[in-house]
Amino acid sequence: MRRSGVRTVVGALVAFGVVALGWEVFARSGSLPPAITPPVEAIAAALARMIGDGTLFVHVGYTLGRIAAGLGLAALAGVPLGMLMGRFRPVERFVLPLVSVLSPIPSLAWVPLFILWFGLGNTASVALVFYAALFPLILNTWTGVCSVNRLWIRAAESMGARSGAIFRHVVLPGALPFVIAGLRQAFARGWIAVVGGEMIAATRWGLGWVIFDSKEFLNTDVMLGSLAVIGLLGLGVERLVFAALERRTVERWGLVRRTSA
Amino acid sequence: MRHIEIAKVGYEYAGTAGPVTALREVTVDVATSEFLCLVGRSGCGKTTLLNLVAGFLSPTRGEIRISGRIVTGHGLDRGVVFQDFAQLFPWRTAQRNVEFGLEMRGAGAAERTETARRFLRLVDLERFAGAYPHELSGGMQQRVAIARALAYNPAVLLMDEPFAALDALTRDEMQRLLVDVWAETRKTVLYVTHNVAEAVYLADRVIVLSPHPGTVVADVRVALPRPRDPLSLAFLEYQRTIVGHLGGRG
Repeated sequence: MRRSGVRTVVGALVAFGVVALGWEVFARSGSLPPAITPPVEAIAAALARMIGDGTLFVHVGYTLGRIAAGLGLAALAGVPLGMLMGRFRPVERFVLPLVSVLSPIPSLAWVPLFILWFGLGNTASVALVFYAALFPLILNTWTGVCSVNRLWIRAAESMGARSGAIFRHVVLPGALPFVIAGLRQAFARGWIAVVGGEMIAATRWGLGWVIFDSKEFLNTDVMLGSLAVIGLLGLGVERLVFAALERRTVERWGLVRRTSA
Repeated sequence: MRHIEIAKVGYEYAGTAGPVTALREVTVDVATSEFLCLVGRSGCGKTTLLNLVAGFLSPTRGEIRISGRIVTGHGLDRGVVFQDFAQLFPWRTAQRNVEFGLEMRGAGAAERTETARRFLRLVDLERFAGAYPHELSGGMQQRVAIARALAYNPAVLLMDEPFAALDALTRDEMQRLLVDVWAETRKTVLYVTHNVAEAVYLADRVIVLSPHPGTVVADVRVALPRPRDPLSLAFLEYQRTIVGHLGGRG
């Protein structure tokens, strides 16, 4: 386990090293103007500058804040809705067609409308994350409720549990692996949405905004640096938040096996 | 004293090719603290009969009474143990699984903990109170299920082939344990199995069901002292009798 973990990390470092080296060679070859292909040390310097003056943290804070707000609201709406769908047929018949049609629309396609409705700023970005995150949460929760083992429900009934107690003590924990999977998907989609949304809808702050804004001044080092931060942050949240959540719940209960890190 | 009365019970359900009669005119009385085994080939309706007594299904004919009251649904007077290990709640430790029925009854935390401990001790699993079901072997999980079904003190214990998915050695062990638990708790037990030796080992009385539709073909009282020796001549004689009623090599 530990050995294979070390091997995975070494493998990842080698892969990134090779890509960085390739980029360095390409950047210095002069086949494109140096202004648009900054070498690795220029990117690192740009990042160091942003860290030094603190702006990076503000951008990261705004982006994380927006996704947290959007994801939180989507969970507050989507999880109960998915539960209701799993429990009551009429709700399922009403909601499912709407979800089926709305879910495939890329959230970014809504940006112009959202700007008209909510104006530039936080609200539009949060709404965008909400939209992107809502449907995976609804669909996964609904599936989770539908696939709760009938035997658990029978056992609970035989021990005198009424429908409210069955819901709280059996359906909720039984559906949890799917809800967590839904949260993961929702975060992945929300992360894409927030960065994309910030490019167009945000003002002054946010990782998406910084990339788009840097275009004006040809700050390609800032752009690439921010992209790296976006990738690392997305991975970090996935690993720290969701993996930890799984370890404490569904993995501990033996409902899902540990996925290799 | 009659504890469970199954009177002229019939059960029909809608099959793909019209209604199917799973049980017809089944009449069985079970005395208080009696250990009764229902034996039959697959499809003879023995599990259906157990589900009717449990209240998961309602008879289409006849009626079932427990302590004189007609069964209309599940109730805390009955505890159920299923065949499938998955019956335990994976998100609860063994201890918390056993506490479930008490929790539903509104028992206080101290009483729950104490009672659950006592029943885990009864099935010899006190050391594993804090383990999650997936950390336990199949036999241990079934023991937790038995403790769970007993903990809220039902008068009747209904068991649907609880040991069928265990290996032979573990099954022997579990049967011995169950006899001990029964001797100590004096529950009325209705136990479904297709294993004739198991029925002779456990039961005061064995009811033999024949399929299509399920009807009672024999009612055999096993008059052997406990603990029973499965290799004794008398034991084998009972097996022979029951296999004869099953109509074949069983």
